[in-house]
Amino acid sequence: MNGPLRVGNYEFGSRLIVGTGKYPSLEIMQQAHQASGTGMVTVAIRRINLDDPTGKTMLDYIDRSRYTILPNTAGCTTAKEAVLTAQLARELLETDLIKLEVIGDAQTLYPDTAETIVAARELVRDGFTVLPYIVDDPTACKRLEDAGCAAVMPLGAPIGSGLGICNRYSISIIVEHASVPVIVDAGVGTASDAAIAMELGVDAVLMNTGIAAAGDPVKMARAMRLAVESGRLAFEAGRMAKKLYANASSPVTDLIGSAK
Amino acid sequence: MKATVNGEQRILDLGTTVGRLLAELGVRDAGIAVAVNDRIVRKAAFDEHALQDGDAVEIIRAVAGG
Repeated sequence: MNGPLRVGNYEFGSRLIVGTGKYPSLEIMQQAHQASGTGMVTVAIRRINLDDPTGKTMLDYIDRSRYTILPNTAGCTTAKEAVLTAQLARELLETDLIKLEVIGDAQTLYPDTAETIVAARELVRDGFTVLPYIVDDPTACKRLEDAGCAAVMPLGAPIGSGLGICNRYSISIIVEHASVPVIVDAGVGTASDAAIAMELGVDAVLMNTGIAAAGDPVKMARAMRLAVESGRLAFEAGRMAKKLYANASSPVTDLIGSAK
Repeated sequence: MKATVNGEQRILDLGTTVGRLLAELGVRDAGIAVAVNDRIVRKAAFDEHALQDGDAVEIIRAVAGG
């Protein structure tokens, strides 16, 4: 229905990217992924549990013939940690895709912009297709684009907050100035949030908690799919101009009982 | 010799390779990746890469995340 999403050398039919965290069960996660229509799902990278070394990993629950995996560097607080995590992810998953996330503050989970830019430069130099999570700051997005990132991923609101798109104006400015895809990452809490993001002209939306923490994650995944599609269609169609006063839709002449 | 494996101190035989360490730990080598002293050890090199005293080994997997 919508045109494809192109990020670096990759192309996706869906403009919705979905996480794998916080679902009530892995079975519900799989059903939600299917209902969302997504072509790309995120995973995190962590140490194996030495007390349960043969335990299953998330890869046992993702059909890689259907979904491209986007590993993240979640939890990293320095560029050095993020670069090593990305390299481990590449070795594990045989992908050059990386969702770069360098956290600057544990309470807000806002990114450390300076460290994110340092890590982005190094990862681009190392051949990665870098998708950085960043604040909704046009300058920070520009710096990341200049660093060679394949997309920029400004937050709509803090991770896991479900507050929606808190600053539509800064997202619009980022869209206006970016020459790489803009993906809203974090903050979407319900379908209208996703539609608003897409109507602002962003290229895609990445979400996890908005689906996983819904009362019925599978139903919400379908709602998000429809919202992303309809928001994109509305953006492509171009909305009508806003007016302060009413403008009748029916003829204002030949009214019954009116004087000739 | 001593090495740190995922943050835990371990006593290893001299000359222990990454491959042998994984076998001793009972780790299947599908679905994991390894770094030693912040450098990736490719899967093909697991059986040749001999660990040194004081090495820091990280063994990772994919987990749920957003």
